[in-house]
Formats: sequence, structure tokens, C-alpha cells
Amino acid sequence: MKLSDLSKNQKAIIRNVDLKNIPMKLIEMGFLPGNQVELLLKAPLKDPLYFVIDGSHLCIRKETATLIEVELLTVGSNGN
Amino acid sequence: MEIKVALVGNPNVGKTSVFNTLTGLNQKVGNYPGITVDKKTGNTRLPNGAKAKIIDLPGLYSTKPSSKDEEVVLATLFNSKNEFHPDVVVVVSEIENLKRNLFLFTQVKDLGFPTVLAINMADQMAKNGIELNTEALSSALKTEVILISTRTGQGIEKLKEAISNFEEISTEGILDLASVDQKVFENLSYKAWLSRSQGVYFDNVDIPKDTLFESDIKRLQQKESIKRYQIISEALKSSYTKDENLATGFRAKADKILTHKVWGYMIFFAAMLLVFQAIFSWASVPMDWIDEQFARLSLWASGSLSEGKFTELLTEGIIPGIGGIVIFIPQIAILFMFIAILEESGYMSRVVFLMDKVMRPFGLSGKSVVPLISGVACAIPAIMSARNIENTKERLITMLVTPFATCSARIPVYVIIISLVIPEKKLFGFVGLQGLVMTIMYFLGFLTALFAAYLLKKMIKSTSKSYFIIEMPQYRWPLLKNVFNTVIEKTRAFVEGAGKIILALSVLLWFLGSHGPASTFGKAEDNVTAKFAHKGLSVEEVQDEIQGYKLRNSYIGIIGSSIEPAFRPLGYDWKISIAVLTSFAAREVFVGNLATLYNIGSKGEEEVRVVERMREEVRPDGTKMFDLATGVSLLLFYAFAMQCISTVAVMRRETNSWKWTIIQVVFMTGLAYLSAMAAYYLLK
Repeated sequence: MKLSDLSKNQKAIIRNVDLKNIPMKLIEMGFLPGNQVELLLKAPLKDPLYFVIDGSHLCIRKETATLIEVELLTVGSNGN
Repeated sequence: MEIKVALVGNPNVGKTSVFNTLTGLNQKVGNYPGITVDKKTGNTRLPNGAKAKIIDLPGLYSTKPSSKDEEVVLATLFNSKNEFHPDVVVVVSEIENLKRNLFLFTQVKDLGFPTVLAINMADQMAKNGIELNTEALSSALKTEVILISTRTGQGIEKLKEAISNFEEISTEGILDLASVDQKVFENLSYKAWLSRSQGVYFDNVDIPKDTLFESDIKRLQQKESIKRYQIISEALKSSYTKDENLATGFRAKADKILTHKVWGYMIFFAAMLLVFQAIFSWASVPMDWIDEQFARLSLWASGSLSEGKFTELLTEGIIPGIGGIVIFIPQIAILFMFIAILEESGYMSRVVFLMDKVMRPFGLSGKSVVPLISGVACAIPAIMSARNIENTKERLITMLVTPFATCSARIPVYVIIISLVIPEKKLFGFVGLQGLVMTIMYFLGFLTALFAAYLLKKMIKSTSKSYFIIEMPQYRWPLLKNVFNTVIEKTRAFVEGAGKIILALSVLLWFLGSHGPASTFGKAEDNVTAKFAHKGLSVEEVQDEIQGYKLRNSYIGIIGSSIEPAFRPLGYDWKISIAVLTSFAAREVFVGNLATLYNIGSKGEEEVRVVERMREEVRPDGTKMFDLATGVSLLLFYAFAMQCISTVAVMRRETNSWKWTIIQVVFMTGLAYLSAMAAYYLLK
């Protein structure tokens, strides 16, 4: 599934990043394969999205979030 | 020897506080040549007696530049011939976001600098359940690690000590590039790799030829980032623990309320209301006081100095000119104070998050909110604050429309016109009509900005990929010292910048107004006396006629009459035309210039306020000059026209394009002319 498909408070592990289209800055700020990400909030108009990723609190737009593939963490396992 | 110390760090880590603490008031702000990035340097004395020059560089997330601010940092670090190329770098980070902060640290250390790691906000550790073993971290990162707090002063002396011993710090790199790709990095040093992948300039690095494609480079960059984070995680594993529940409790609650679909917008609206309330009511007290002092000063000077050209220049040119700028200080200072508080507390980032989707249909970004709000004080810092908008098109549109926001230079123009043409009545018994018109002018500014942005969005073709990323910093009480520093700095820049222009113009205007060709201006007395010789006028009336004749035949009168036809369709006479024309240097000269124009030759009479003099002004047919039609026409002209040389200069620098600068001037001024003309004819 895509990062943009997460619901509020869902956690996931980043599996793959569309390297061709994603700005390097996002990668350097932590949107990297293997990192755990949680959707904290959606803005009132459902966009942008507010994530906590590897301890950083970052917001990106939905269209950018579609470039990142994630695997949902099932309840109970929190990746630690 | 003076040691050069560069402060580098992510945004929101309190780097500027560290700079202020290290240098005290011993600092100066300037611009880097060619671009208007604040260059802050200051001096400090180290424990061993050596002098150190501290350089505060703009915040950045990595050594890959994505904005002009960041390029400055890189030019300083990469070019050993740069005036500020440091002997030692202090990477300032903060305790809560240590992991991401360390990413930049590893990059800087790999450049080969002795790099001290200063971890700020140590006073927040207990509250957030954080524990850190600095010794373990220090040996893992091969450098000095110092916990500091600019709030409590903890660790500052230790930091100074580490700086003075910089020669003992290891300059060994952190990342072994061979672990990223053995083959590629066999003959490629880190600096050569940076040059190759990012096109950055080093003054002493050769880039070997290779066969890497764009996609290879991106893949290697990602791998490099992953490796760096692995090293950082490893280093933190043995030294850093954080109780996540303690750390996020308050933040989560506050985020929920401040970005709520109802409360979020209401709180933002209330905050804006408070800001405007402050600008108008609170600021009016010191403003009235300043106004009074300058009027008194002028009166005192004309009364106690001997009569002559110099006294005239002082009382009619220089004093009103300076008064016209000093009077803005309370409003500008209050506005910058609020903006500094909103940014320092972390609230501004929530506003950006809240507004992004709302602004996007207009081709703007959530980050455009900051420039548009700052634009209410002054367009110059506002346009500069658009720098952190990543998307080129959104940034360009933001800069193009920001000058429509009602800047403080327009306020005195609006105030004087409104008091002339809008009656002092109350609607429904409590809404003041004049205040209402003032409010409408502010809304007009914002709505026009949005409308223009929408048009521009349709017009501008964009090929660059759109992206947006913003960090949500932890909430913090703003540090009074920082807010105070920002206010002083910005206010001083405004006064110095605008002050020079205003002073020069008022002196020039005064000169042109009190001199003229010898054949007419020089013979004013004779000509007028001859003309009215048998009309039976009193001595005072003849004096008035002489003054009027002199003004019409002065150089300014001659220039005014020749440009009057261009402004006649808008309903302006030659005096207003002069005031409008000179306003193209800066709007705030309008009132001062009208004062100069109406004051020239009014000597000997009791001080009458400019407003009264303007109210009495009539057209040749006997109707009032400042009627509703002319008033509204002037209001619209000043709302839309691009009348500020400094803004034009900043636009040129920030867009790096004459094309967009000219488009902006022509579009704004064209809109101003047409709407003012339409208003004049409709109301006439």
C-alpha cells in the first residue's frame, strides 16, 4: 500500500521509495526504506498529512506520499 | 590570531539563541554580497584569551542545497577562499530531534572540519524523559559533545573551551564511502562525490570522469543516506533513551486543537484579529506621541533659529521627512514582535499545515501565509521570507502578489484620505464608518493578492516537480531575548532603508519647491502686485496670491503641471500628481510631500494641520479638491500600484529576473491606474 493510504494513528514500515520522482530532501529527512512511520493527523481538508517518522515530525502533501510504498504494521507489533 | 567559528544546524534548534548567548550584543548583521541573506557575525573572547569570530549561518537540513539560504552555507563551508571559511564548525542540534540533526553533523564532519557537537535544550530533557550519555556519543562520533541550554546557560563555558581547543579535535570522517559502493568510490573522494552529485563548487577538488547516470547517482545518494542513518542509530543506541509517552503528550493534544477543522481556523482567525487590533489601537498611542513631538520640534526650530534657507530646509524638508518615517516604528515593531512570537512558539508551522490546501487553488502554498502576513508590515522582509517555499512556481507567485498586502507605508496615506472624504459617522450607532473603510482596504489588499495569484497560476507554465515538506517543531515559550533581537534588527533595517530615500526626496522636493526660473519665480512680487494693483485687495490677500504664484512657478510647479495631464483622468491636480509621482520611490513620502507642498510659503501663519489645509483646497470651479471621487480614486491607486523602489530591488534580487520584476510593476501599476480612473468616473 501507499503512504497516502494510511489512516490516522496507523503505523507502517517504508518498503520502497520512487527514487525517480521523489526529492532527495525527503530521503535525507528520513523517508527511507526500513524506517517506521505513523500518520498523526490529516489537515482539515485531508491534505497535507502529518507523520512522525523515526522521531521526526514532518508534513508532506498527499501527492508526495503516493510516491512512497509502505507495509502496514499489524496491531500488537510496533516494529521495535 | 582570530579563530573563525561557524554555527551550522537544522532550523528550529535554537541556533540563533546560541549565537546571541556566545556574542552578547557584540554582533552585526549584514548581507552577503549580491543576495539578501542575513549574514550575522559577532565576537567573543575564549577562556584561553583568544578572540573568536562567530558566524551564524542560515539553518539547513543537509549539505544538498535546496534554497538560496542553504547555498550560502555551502559556499562558506566548501570554498576555502571564502572570507568566512571556518577553522572550526559548531553543529547545533537539539535534544529531542537528535537523530535527524546528526545527519547534517555527519555530513559536515566528513568535509574534514574539526566539528563540535552542541546539543541544545538540555533543560527539556527531564520533562521529555530523555537520557544521554555524552561520553559514549562522543567516542562514537569522534568529537566533543556538549549539552547546552541557552535558557539556563548550562554548558556555554564548556562550549567555549571546546572551541578554543579545536586543534585537538579529530578531523576523521564518519562515513566510509566504500561501504556505500566499493567500486564507484574507489577513486572518488567525498568532496569529489559531492561535486559530482550536486554540482557544488570546491576550490581544490578535481572531479574524475565517470560513467554514472542520473539514476545511478540518486540510488547512491539514497544508499549513502541509509548508511548515515545506520551509523547514527548505532551511535545513539548505546547513548540515548527517550520515553515517547512523556515526550508527545502535550504536543499531541495541542496539535489536535490547533489544526482542528473548526477550532484550528477559529484560533488562527482570532490570532490575526489580535495582531491587527495591536497594530491599530495599541500602536496609535506611541504614534500620536511621536507625531506631536515632531510637530513641536518643527515649531521650535522655526521659532528659535534665525530665518533663512537652512532653517526652511530643516523645518519644511528634513524634520517632517524624518517624522514621516519614525512614526511607523511602533506599528512595524509590534508586527514583527507578533511574527517572531508565532514563529518561535512553533505555532506558525501549524498554520502552514492548516492553510496549505486552502491556498493551493490560488497557486500558493501553506508557506505563503507567512509572507502574506508579514507583508502587512513591509513587503521587503515578506518577499525574502518566501525563500523557504520549495516549489518554484508557488514561490514566484507568492513573491509577485505579496506587495498587494496592505503594508504599513500605506496606512498614513489611507488615514489622511479617509479622514478627508469619509464622514465621521456611525453605522447602526456603533460601527465607525471611517474604521470600516480602513478594514475594507485591508480585505481589498488580501483579496486582490488571491485574485492575482489565481490569474498567475493559470498563466505560468511549470515543469518543476511540486513538493512541500515542513517540520512540526516542539512547542516552546518564545525567548524574550530572541523576540527582542528580531524586532530591533528588522525595525532598524526598515528605518535605515526607507529613511535614506525619504530624507533625500524631501530635501529635493523642498529645493525644487522653493526655487524657480528668475523671469517668473524671481519676479513674483512685482508680477502679482501689478496684476492686483487696482483690485482693492488687503495686504494679506496679496501675500497669499504671491505665495500661490511662487509655488505654481517653482520648478516643482512646472514639473507638476507637465505631468498633470497623465493623472487628470484620475481626478488629481498638479500637487497631488507630484505627491503620487514621488510616491513611486516609497509610498510613505505621500503625506510628508503633501505637507511640504502645502507648507511651502505658509510662513508667518499659525500652525494649521495639513489635513485642514487639504480640506480647504478647491478646484478652479470652486468645488472641493478632496471629494469622494478623488478620495476613492487615490485609495485604489495606493492599494494597487507598485510604489516602492526597495521592493522592486528586492524582487529583482530574489527572482533573479528582470522579466518578472517588470511584469509585477506594470501589472500592479496598470491595475491601479485603471481602477482609480473607473472609480473617479463612476463617483463623479
